[in-house]
Amino acid sequence: MTIQETIEQKIATSLAPVHLEVINESHMHNVPPGSESHFKVVIVTDTFDGVTRVRRQQQVNGILAAELQGGVHALSMQTLTPQEWEARGGSIIQSPACLGGGGNKD
Amino acid sequence: MDDNPVFTSIKEDVESNDVVLFMKGTPVFPQCGFSAATVQALTLLGVKFKGIDVLQDPSLRDGIKQYSSWPTIPQLYVKGEFVGGCDIVREMYETGELGELLTSSGIAMEPAA
Repeated sequence: MTIQETIEQKIATSLAPVHLEVINESHMHNVPPGSESHFKVVIVTDTFDGVTRVRRQQQVNGILAAELQGGVHALSMQTLTPQEWEARGGSIIQSPACLGGGGNKD
Repeated sequence: MDDNPVFTSIKEDVESNDVVLFMKGTPVFPQCGFSAATVQALTLLGVKFKGIDVLQDPSLRDGIKQYSSWPTIPQLYVKGEFVGGCDIVREMYETGELGELLTSSGIAMEPAA
């Protein structure tokens, strides 16, 4: 299973999302072709209702702890309730371009 | 966790400055796209903030992640409270919540015309 599939499966199992996108954005960064290092996830689920943004992302970081300690360098996320998703018109914020700095995961 | 000396300096920084951004690089020369995007949101709001470059200090780079149990950089603090990382700051900027938070915290903003 690819890392992308693992991320999809873990989030789907833990958070029961009504909408889930896992996007491999590694090509936007300074890594070899075919890498699985930079991901964006869009998670829309009722379980985020009444949970602060910080707590939502901490939940996702917990679910994907093994991946984040492994090969995944960056995980951008949009964590929304179905109501928030609808209010946004189902659109997502584009990720920023890489500036090449640091070179390490965080 | 209180015995980590770096927490003392983090605490001092976030409590003595209204708005603090721990980032990679400086506000003028960010070295990471996520840090740059966060600086941009703050700049568009016209809020003064202190940028702290974690690349200058490995113990800070590591310590800041433990300080708020947040595994990534950048990290924004307002009045000593952790607000979020890049995704959260950009989302709050877009919805207007970031401006509201700053206003309700009594922090001045001078948006560019």
